[in-house]
Amino acid sequence: MTTETLPKQENAESALGGHVKGYLERVKGGELGALPAVFGLVILCVVFSVLRPAFLSAVNFANLFTQGAAVAVIAMGLIFVLLLGEIDLSAGFASGVCAAVLAVLLTLQGWPWYLAVLAAMVTGAVIGLVLGSLVAKLGIPSFVVTLAAFLAFQGVVLLLVKDGTNISIRDETILAIANKNVPPVAGWAALVVGVAAYAAIQFVQARRRASRGLVATPVAVIAARVATLAVVAGIAVYVLNLERSRNAALVSLKGVPIVVPLIVILLIVWTFVLRRTAYGRHIYAVGGNAEAARRAGINVDRIRISAFVICSFMASLGGIIAASRANSVDPNTGGSNVLLFAVGAAVIGGTSLFGGKGRALDALLGGAVVAVIENGMGLMGYSAGVKFVVTGSVLLLAAGVDALSRKRAAATGRR
Amino acid sequence: MSQGPILELRGINKSFGPVQVLHDVAFSAYPGEVTALVGDNGAGKSTLVKCIGGIHPIDSGEYFFDGERVHVSGPRDAAALGVEIVYQDLALCDNLDIVQNMFLGRERRSGLVLDEDTMEEMAAKTLAGLSVRTVKSLRQHVSSLSGGQRQTVAIAKAVLWNSKVVILDEPTAALGVAQTAQVLELVRRLADRGLAVVLISHNMNDVFAVSDRIAALYLGRMAAEVKASEVTHAQIVELITSGRSGELGLKNGNGAAS
Repeated sequence: MTTETLPKQENAESALGGHVKGYLERVKGGELGALPAVFGLVILCVVFSVLRPAFLSAVNFANLFTQGAAVAVIAMGLIFVLLLGEIDLSAGFASGVCAAVLAVLLTLQGWPWYLAVLAAMVTGAVIGLVLGSLVAKLGIPSFVVTLAAFLAFQGVVLLLVKDGTNISIRDETILAIANKNVPPVAGWAALVVGVAAYAAIQFVQARRRASRGLVATPVAVIAARVATLAVVAGIAVYVLNLERSRNAALVSLKGVPIVVPLIVILLIVWTFVLRRTAYGRHIYAVGGNAEAARRAGINVDRIRISAFVICSFMASLGGIIAASRANSVDPNTGGSNVLLFAVGAAVIGGTSLFGGKGRALDALLGGAVVAVIENGMGLMGYSAGVKFVVTGSVLLLAAGVDALSRKRAAATGRR
Repeated sequence: MSQGPILELRGINKSFGPVQVLHDVAFSAYPGEVTALVGDNGAGKSTLVKCIGGIHPIDSGEYFFDGERVHVSGPRDAAALGVEIVYQDLALCDNLDIVQNMFLGRERRSGLVLDEDTMEEMAAKTLAGLSVRTVKSLRQHVSSLSGGQRQTVAIAKAVLWNSKVVILDEPTAALGVAQTAQVLELVRRLADRGLAVVLISHNMNDVFAVSDRIAALYLGRMAAEVKASEVTHAQIVELITSGRSGELGLKNGNGAAS
């Protein structure tokens, strides 16, 4: 071990070098972070665009977002449960139940959209409260509790939509979520404001730390981060603002789909909660060492329950988005591959199944990979069977990478 | 060292169901001194420490802190008094960094947001105050630290809160020679800063290296509380294994403490 303790002495130049070196060391040590997901995403995109040029079209790009939105949102909630080292197998059908509640209230009971949405979200939160209490207070393994709920919720959806029929959704506001776009100007404005805010927060933070003599992120690193965000988000907004309609004279179709800003807001909120609040810190602590957290005076049961509440609540939002996209709710809403895709998205994004490691952003990265696979293979004309096999394999691969990086971390003394 | 004890227990009894683990135990810890608590496996060291820390409520007996009788009915009471325990398994979260671990459960915040900068400064100050110079960055994960460094972090965590009594449960049990020396040095420095340190250890070399007083438990009874300078290794070993040694120790197998 070296003998420098207070890292104050480092000057700016070595700080940049140290930052890069530290990052490379962490990667070598098994902390891969977002690397596999970004890598996979790039490779998949290249392969699909070479094989099927249609993959790169503006229409398809917009499709990717609306296709992947529900899964990404559910995955974002799942990350809270996964951070504790637990699992929620019922998240898919929980989203189905919430979507069914929404549809029944909206279409059959004629409730206004905001009350129906509120009811769906409350349903999600209550589901999470029950599941979390069973896991935390009774001590039933989350695997069993949520497997039981998985089965039961499947039944609840069937009961709510009256066996096999489907309930169509006609409310304009709900339909707009996945089917309408933000005006192109607003898209650009949001991009500029967002990037500027991100840059400002990073710089202010770095300056404050530097002024207090703490190690601050080097300016070059911040600049690189801001530039990456600006370029990636800029390209996305640009492409989404292209005309997508086949007959632009008849009906114009351009702009960022409304779900995208919704997801970005959710991402910011949950990232803030996880990284900047004591509650988020306690989630990581319970996932890392529940006994240490308990001794530190953290109410471990409450943390557990709240994670399940957040998970099911996010599932309800996922359900609303899915209902909006499908224009209806049927007994299979939130069923079949939704849960698998959501867990896969979280794990592919870099969230560990062993708990204690993960970020809200993982859901988006992993969700993008899953959406690209599904979309690309659809374009290639593969059957649903092949898609399932491939997605399953990718999930297994991601879980394998997770387990291996954990092993590697143990070998290099990082865990 | 003519000061009175900061922590004093008298006539402590503790049973778990039909098994009486502590019989009429008396124990004191003095500020600025290291008190070693020794005893064979099952002698009741851990139970005594957990009673002090408020994890186990005592059945009967008196608990004095700074000369005043207090009631400790939970870990928070003990922490409020300034009693911190560093357990053998350290209770650190591997996936959090040093600062995050040191402030776990007692995070500083400004409004809703964590005040990372203040926490990092305080952690740096505490580690510097303990002359810890072996940590590369305060923001490295605890999982990347060596055994000795982890022990250091756990001890620094206990000191951070202006604690008055720090109890260390076998701090050197899992460490190599160099790291053991480091940790013992740290233990000594804690006492030199005016803290009352209680050191639980099986290792007689460690005990004699740093402690001012030695308290030996034998089958749930306090066999002797003596000054380290007035006894030999052999006497302490005898106290641990048979409860008495010459003039010292229990009068007979079941008698009261001398």
